[in-house]
Amino acid sequence: MAALELTLGAAAGVALVNAVLGTVTAWVLVRDDFRGKALVNAVIDLPFALPTIVAGLTLLALYGPNSPLGIDVAFTRTAIVLALCFVTLPFVVRTVQPVLLELDVEMEEAARSLGAGQAAVFRRIVLPNLLPGILSGVVLALARALGEIGAVVLISGNLPYKTEVASVFVLNRIESGDSAGAAAVAVVLLVASFVLLLGIGALRFFVTRHERA
Amino acid sequence: MRRRLGLRAVALGYLLVVLLAPLALVFYRTSEHGLHPVWSALSDPDTVHAFEITLLATAVAVPLNTVFGVLCALAIVRRRFRGKGLLNAFIDLPLALSPVVVGLALYLLYGRTGWFGGWLTGHGVQVLFAWPSIALATVFVSVPFVAREVIPTLRELGNEQEQAAATLGATRWQRFWRITLPSIRWAVIYGVVLTTARCLGEYGAVAVVSGRIQGQTETATLRVEDYIQNFQTPGAYAVAVVLAAIAVLVLVLMTLTRPREETL
Repeated sequence: MAALELTLGAAAGVALVNAVLGTVTAWVLVRDDFRGKALVNAVIDLPFALPTIVAGLTLLALYGPNSPLGIDVAFTRTAIVLALCFVTLPFVVRTVQPVLLELDVEMEEAARSLGAGQAAVFRRIVLPNLLPGILSGVVLALARALGEIGAVVLISGNLPYKTEVASVFVLNRIESGDSAGAAAVAVVLLVASFVLLLGIGALRFFVTRHERA
Repeated sequence: MRRRLGLRAVALGYLLVVLLAPLALVFYRTSEHGLHPVWSALSDPDTVHAFEITLLATAVAVPLNTVFGVLCALAIVRRRFRGKGLLNAFIDLPLALSPVVVGLALYLLYGRTGWFGGWLTGHGVQVLFAWPSIALATVFVSVPFVAREVIPTLRELGNEQEQAAATLGATRWQRFWRITLPSIRWAVIYGVVLTTARCLGEYGAVAVVSGRIQGQTETATLRVEDYIQNFQTPGAYAVAVVLAAIAVLVLVLMTLTRPREETL
């Protein structure tokens, strides 16, 4: 139970971080221009390419007990959030980026010429257009964060009731021969994945309603 | 202007803190004490065996999922059948599902008391805690990638060219090899690259079903964890760096093969 609560809390937090920073990153990649942008764009996919256990190890190296920065968050909940941020980083960026590319700058300019401030332009024009992209990215990130194990297992310390996430809990239960306990938590994770998948499906259906009509 | 710089700083700073700085440090730590400890860890027979197991599982999963992915994509885009929506949704399941749950499912199916496990053990085939289960787990988690990449490309392609070829007397087989496949090849390659990356890096499902027997059923990713648990950090770094180097290679291939319209 504690493991599920922790997982849900961490995943929700990570989804929120992704919603904000993923959107900012996508915006910078589309609208901004600077040296090395192509490289940054390629690097975004790194968490897809990198084995998650290696991701966990890299975080342990920088933010663990032997941190050269003197930051040691190993075996805390902060570490879990950090690890989940690493593996879910590409999702929102990659769903928002294409939408932002298609979005016409003229709309924003028109609004500005009619006296809308920066905040109003963002809230009334940019955000509503990006919202489906952000949402589907967030749902994907949430699904990934709920099930993640490789990146978390090294840095969280897996202390029962404190830093043991649901997937690690399942693994430990199997290894100690309690497959019923493992199955119980696994079913919750399974149902959560189904619900999130259906959510993405519904979102796709909703977004393409104009094209289908 | 200042606002723009501010956002740029936020985005790049985030990438640096979460992604790049940790990765750079691992490369640095590995080479810190020279290459000798790296080499001795990598030439350890158990490590070599772990890489062999990983490559074997990948060699099984990639061709299987490539063929399956292309067939699935063709079925979803070109055919109408009952349960098509369901197939389309289910193919994404391994992306949304925790790999540990996948592992548990295989464990329950093929374990000694499982549905298939009892029969197979009776016939002298051991799946669980042996390489077949590692291959199965790897195949499962890497199912969606090829299909996901090929589906949109097929949709855009339409089937006029194929119909034209058909009117000129091309057989179904000729149409596939001469027209469909060349048109979707970049999407297939991109999917294969993603599949390969996922297979090499699989951890959760394999951790459950492999039994982690050193030198027998340990994969490269499990080897990393094993080294850490035994406080042999240099060994863990060495294996991790090899995996990371493969990841960087994969990234380069991804950038080169990504379907055109997605590039900036």
